[in-house]
Amino acid sequence: MSDTSTTQRYPIGQIPDMPPPLLESGIFYWVRKNLLSSWTNVALTILAVWFLWLVLPPMYEWMFSNAVFEAADRAGCQALGDGACWAFIQERFTIFIYGFYPEPERWRPILAFGLLFVALGPLLFDGFPYRGKAMLFSMAYPFVAAWLLLGGGGLTQVTTDQFGGMLLNVIVGVTGITFSLPIGIVLALGRASNMPAVRIICVTFIEFIRGVPLITLLFVASTMLSYFLPPGTSFDLLMRVLIMVTLFSSGYMAEVIRGGLQAIPRGQYEAADSMGLKYWQSMRLIVLPQALKISIPGIVNTFIGLFKDTTLVIIIGLLDILGMGRASLADSKWAGLSSEVYISIAVFFFLFCFAMSRYSLYLEGKLETGHKN
Amino acid sequence: MKRILLGATAALALGATAVSAGTLDDVKARGELNCIVNSGFVGFASVDKNGKYQGYDIDYCKATAAAVLGDASKIKYKPATGKTRFTILNSKEGDVLWRNTTWTFVRDVDVKLAFQGVNYYDGQGFMVPKKLGVKSAKDLDGASVCIQTGTTTELNLADFFRVNKIKYEPVPTEGNEESRRNILAGRCDVYTTDASGLAATRATFKDPENWVILPEIISKEPLGPVTRHGDDQWSDIIRWTKNALLAAEELGITSKNVDELGAKAGNNPEINRLLGTEGDLGGMLGLDKKWAHRAIKAVGNYGEIFERNIGKNTPVGLERGLNALWTNGGLQYTPPFR
Repeated sequence: MSDTSTTQRYPIGQIPDMPPPLLESGIFYWVRKNLLSSWTNVALTILAVWFLWLVLPPMYEWMFSNAVFEAADRAGCQALGDGACWAFIQERFTIFIYGFYPEPERWRPILAFGLLFVALGPLLFDGFPYRGKAMLFSMAYPFVAAWLLLGGGGLTQVTTDQFGGMLLNVIVGVTGITFSLPIGIVLALGRASNMPAVRIICVTFIEFIRGVPLITLLFVASTMLSYFLPPGTSFDLLMRVLIMVTLFSSGYMAEVIRGGLQAIPRGQYEAADSMGLKYWQSMRLIVLPQALKISIPGIVNTFIGLFKDTTLVIIIGLLDILGMGRASLADSKWAGLSSEVYISIAVFFFLFCFAMSRYSLYLEGKLETGHKN
Repeated sequence: MKRILLGATAALALGATAVSAGTLDDVKARGELNCIVNSGFVGFASVDKNGKYQGYDIDYCKATAAAVLGDASKIKYKPATGKTRFTILNSKEGDVLWRNTTWTFVRDVDVKLAFQGVNYYDGQGFMVPKKLGVKSAKDLDGASVCIQTGTTTELNLADFFRVNKIKYEPVPTEGNEESRRNILAGRCDVYTTDASGLAATRATFKDPENWVILPEIISKEPLGPVTRHGDDQWSDIIRWTKNALLAAEELGITSKNVDELGAKAGNNPEINRLLGTEGDLGGMLGLDKKWAHRAIKAVGNYGEIFERNIGKNTPVGLERGLNALWTNGGLQYTPPFR
């Protein structure tokens, strides 16, 4: 305050920047501008604070201060406190993560999950060290992961019906995401193609996929398929799910990317042609980089939707994290703790989906070329 | 191209005719029993902390696997919802359904299922909060009712209200757990399901004393195992495995004394026949002599299964009631092993 109250003289050209007045900066300014700028906003702020005051303290009590973190069963939990019974989640944590995956082999999914990030690194970030060589590993990753998870070739074999919990969500989600993007690009290009046969096939496929709910496709994959296949053939259930989920999301992906393709001005195609570029060259060098950039929000949207759809596998008898939660809830020792289970599962999904959405924002920022304004 | 297609069709057709072996052969060839179970029902099917299935129905799966394959752990469980269970069975993705399924005319005849007897006699009841002040289900005019879809419960409810000319509003959910949340949150006035389920649900409440189960039992719910139409040998195996566990209780055979009783023929000819020390009942089923011995050894007799999973000393806390042996005034009765 002292330096604003006394008038000080400075040589011309050397007047230092003064701090802004107290009410125009810092937290006061923020509060005034964002919460109290008009009478409506004042009313809304009061309402919101009142609501939070109603909700937050009991929630904190339930989730933390009255919660029980260690107990042998539900009765034990209730004896210790009337808040959340996190002891249940703690006891079930490993099966929520790995499902029925055999205990001594659990380092394999962990390793596969860790390697996933090594494989994703060079794909997602420019500055990754030795990006070129690391790319090769990314290409090989799906096979490495499949080998780690399924075994064979020196490792103990683990059948896919032992997959479960979060592991299953991640496998289905990552596979669907990895394969639906390239398939979706091909379908989108096919739909825009001049060749009638290619166009008709692509349009039929896309419209079929979009016209049928995922649940129906999964159900067909799990039960109807055995009517069509010759008796005695057994086709791995997880494999059927992966195929169906991938096809389903690539149908949607194709439409998202088509939106991007249509936003590219005609001149860009013509410019590429006049440079003497072949079809694939012009797509790879001129059209797709622009179209995909525009489509990023839509693409990530589809990814997030797909990841959440993985919980539908419960319909066909695979126990993902949600199914595991439900099956655990039926344990008579613990029955009745559904809030705890569903909240934990919600947190898990939020972490994954939020990470995806943040990455998409980062990518949009990085690829921003200033055409927007 | 045409030739290849023709060849493929021919191969498919051949395949279709060549493989029509019974379920028993399929199971033996596979070395694993595909058992369709509930994806989560307190006391009957659930997952423990090591990721192992447990429960009343699960024990029956184990008994079947022990009888057929000689190893109670050779099971692939197929968790199913109320709506998907029959499709999974009929599409041969599962071999047998041990999933608290009510035996009804339409399911038996029209859905082409084969019910193999009753391992649990249940009946549908109502539970209301005490503060509602309702004494009888007939006072429930205009009530909103929490109910699970795709079950006989839903149909019984409609019948009961129609017969008594009163109105209700259904609050449908996909599973038992959602209904439990709904009634606790007050989204409905009444919760209806099988009496066993009501007791199990009430046991999970913080204040069980504030909830009443109304006296009316509005339906018969005979729950039992199901197989596909048209495979009599496999159906016999399922039916008589269930009966063997019941006979074991009648005859006083338990998982503890079965090895002793089955070691050599004793004085009781029925025990001898059941445990294969006399005659060859197992051979007639297409199994070996020790089939029932293994089933009883794996999970115990009917009474042991009941007490371990849903009996008085478990959190579910059910009485034997209708499920007592016929000699104790219940309905559980097995045809003779002769």
